[in-house]
Amino acid sequence: MRLFLGNLLLAFVWSLMIAEFSVASLIMGFAFGFLLLWLFQPLVGGSSYFGKVRQIVRFSLFLAKEIVRANLHVAWHVITPSSFFKPGIIAVPLEPQTDFEATLLANILTLTPGSFSVDISTDRRVLYVHVMDVENAERTRWELKEQYETPLLEILRS
Amino acid sequence: MMAHLNDLLVCLFMLAGAIFCLIASLGVFRMPDLYTRMQAAAKSSTLGVVCIILSVAIHFGDAGVTTRAMLVIVFLFLTAPVAAHMVARAGYISNVPLWHRSVADELRGQYDAATHELASGRPSAEDPRG
Repeated sequence: MRLFLGNLLLAFVWSLMIAEFSVASLIMGFAFGFLLLWLFQPLVGGSSYFGKVRQIVRFSLFLAKEIVRANLHVAWHVITPSSFFKPGIIAVPLEPQTDFEATLLANILTLTPGSFSVDISTDRRVLYVHVMDVENAERTRWELKEQYETPLLEILRS
Repeated sequence: MMAHLNDLLVCLFMLAGAIFCLIASLGVFRMPDLYTRMQAAAKSSTLGVVCIILSVAIHFGDAGVTTRAMLVIVFLFLTAPVAAHMVARAGYISNVPLWHRSVADELRGQYDAATHELASGRPSAEDPRG
């Protein structure tokens, strides 16, 4: 947390130095600040911060890729005859999680290829997901958990 | 040169946004039932609108417009899927049928007809690879 504030401060100083206060300059300042803090890691400590930033960046890039892929997927479904579809609603068991985490997970599932969250059980143990192509329900269940739930909870907790 | 690059990016994002919105509407038109339609509408319209807002942010390029555009994108990502999810849930509760070729419906019989409480059925998450 302390390092994150320091990184923000560096981004701010960077924008002041190049005398241009915009989102692009702040992002660039944040990136340079991150690099600087990373170089001086033995002095500032806190290796968990660097791991976390890397995790968040990696997961966001992965999500961006998945969202674009989801749209190509929908486009593909639009042009192919509907006799190829095998849709269905499957139940995905959840790790125990807070409302915020469950909302984020349901939104992420809705925006990623082939899956669409319909409802969550009242006791929050199962998320019902509409899937475009159910080849193997067990496998889909496991994939959804492995690809989205595990990294998301890893970032939000710890 | 920089101005040209900006214009190019604005055009690209605008075009991509329009194409994604077109895909969303075609999807709503083409898909066989409510749930598959909501899939198309939720995914493609969100990305389409996000692309158009990004092109707006690049076109104006000042801090005020950009931060507001970023806020719009964040709120869109938080709310658009929730809206789609509410539509699908309402559809299921009011007995909108799944497409006749659907292969699975593990939601069947899980709703309490009176209270709309949703049971958790039979959860299992074994690794299929053993």
